[in-house]
Amino acid sequence: MALLKLLKKSPISARIGMVIVLLNILAAIFVPVIAPYGETEIVSDVWMEMSEDHLLGTDHIGRDLYTRMLYGARNTISIAFLITILSFTVGSICGFFAATLGGWVDLALSRVVDIMMAFPTLIFALMVLSIVGTSPFALVIVIALLDSTRVYRLSRAVAMDIEVMEYVEAARLRGEKIWWLMRHEILPNSLPPLVAEFGLRFCFVFLFIASLSFLGLGIQPPAADWGGMVRENAGAITFGIFIPLWPAAAIATLTVGVNLIVDWFLHLSSGLED
Amino acid sequence: MIAKRLALGFLTIIVISLLIFLGVEALPGDLAEAVLGQNATAETVAAFRAELRLDLPAHTRYFTWLGHFLQGDLGNSLANGRPIADQIIWRFANTLFLAAVATVVAVPLAIFLGILAALYRNSLFDRFISISTLSTISFPDFFIAYILVALFSVEFVFFPSMATINDHMSFWEKIYTIALPCITLTLVVMAHMMRQTRAAIINVLSSPFIEMATLKGMKRMRIIVLHAFPNALSPVINIIALNLAYMVTGVVIIEVVFVYPGLGQLFVDSVSKRDLPLVQASGLIFAITYVFLNLMADVLSILCNPRLRNPK
Repeated sequence: MALLKLLKKSPISARIGMVIVLLNILAAIFVPVIAPYGETEIVSDVWMEMSEDHLLGTDHIGRDLYTRMLYGARNTISIAFLITILSFTVGSICGFFAATLGGWVDLALSRVVDIMMAFPTLIFALMVLSIVGTSPFALVIVIALLDSTRVYRLSRAVAMDIEVMEYVEAARLRGEKIWWLMRHEILPNSLPPLVAEFGLRFCFVFLFIASLSFLGLGIQPPAADWGGMVRENAGAITFGIFIPLWPAAAIATLTVGVNLIVDWFLHLSSGLED
Repeated sequence: MIAKRLALGFLTIIVISLLIFLGVEALPGDLAEAVLGQNATAETVAAFRAELRLDLPAHTRYFTWLGHFLQGDLGNSLANGRPIADQIIWRFANTLFLAAVATVVAVPLAIFLGILAALYRNSLFDRFISISTLSTISFPDFFIAYILVALFSVEFVFFPSMATINDHMSFWEKIYTIALPCITLTLVVMAHMMRQTRAAIINVLSSPFIEMATLKGMKRMRIIVLHAFPNALSPVINIIALNLAYMVTGVVIIEVVFVYPGLGQLFVDSVSKRDLPLVQASGLIFAITYVFLNLMADVLSILCNPRLRNPK
């Protein structure tokens, strides 16, 4: 009920964001039911115009673009979501540990993170992928680890502030173990900034995967993926066929949507009136 | 302070070079096996290993590699056997040219618009700037690039959609050819710089000395240009340098979109071909440029701020 009341008070920008995200999630879940064709099924001539049979036309080898877009939503969003979850698990656990333990653990972790952040992320990721190859597994691990450095910074900073509170001190004197402290004292109190960061990190990871796929080094064909679809159809644009703009616009729309929700959430958790 | 920062930057580069070197070391098997594949005979692998000097211990090879790198000898490409340095230098110069032109356009424009946004806070113009910031953060770089191509080289034929430059072109021909990648890069970095300039100036505007200037009856534009801007210079310079560092990465994707013969494209190609010596060399150059620009951001903001310049 409280949630419903909150939603009723939400500003129009956040509502737009929620509709966008919801539509994307629905598309990702129900693709097999709503997609008119198969993911890699060749159904027609290349680069057909929009028509009733092909809502958005067809791609460079004659697959239905609308179907590919739906499957792209499923592939790209799920892998980005998986990476963000992994990155948050690793980053926040390390960050909390660094903050509560302090000493050499904090020092060692922070120096490693400093070094990783001194390197441009895209370049770092490309170098690592050139060594370990572009399997989906490698992709997930590499991006999650690279991204967890940012989560580490934030969760460490937040946990540092909570760690000095009296109730943490009290729990410590009571003899609680570090794991309990992290779960029952630090995690609940650091949730709002972490949730907002989750949205932003998701956007970043999502754009990052799209960029990698666009460079041909992310999710590998024939799996449908928005970044890869832009790359495959890029040649069309010089003939005045704007097919590559569709998946690119889909990427942009979803990121804007998530950003709108995060803005609203930040506004709510900052406690400002209006 | 500055010396300390420089030493730290130098250390970072050393650590990065070590990481890049060790990354290739961590390959299962070694470079020779990775390149020749599973079908190679033991003799071929051994011969190739000797050619790459893989039979020497790791630390010796690291120092030889780093020493050669500093002298400009980057080894040979695995894909075509040609010296890497010959390919890289021309391309790196091209990348720097593109980034420099974009900087010359983006920085003054961003500062000017940022000041305007601070001056007319909460106006329609200010709204427009915050919306465009949100969109450039959310839009993938290649989306902006393809929209520009669709608009300015397909619908209205103003600029070429491919930015293939060569040395026979005059300076202005080159500028014309790289117009679209340059505009894309400008758009990508400008929104951020604009917003930070606006924030920095609004921050300074709340200081007592600005109120004093207002009470003296100075004009708003004059207050901002003469009093607020010089005091906001330190964060603004910092932001500019950081965005230039961002450009180093952004340029990779834009070069691929416009088939621009720069280092970014070479880097992506060598990654997909797994031409590891080339990946190492161009990765190190990117990393050094990035660290150098970040360093410059720190040093310049120290120089701009008297309190940091003269530590107690």
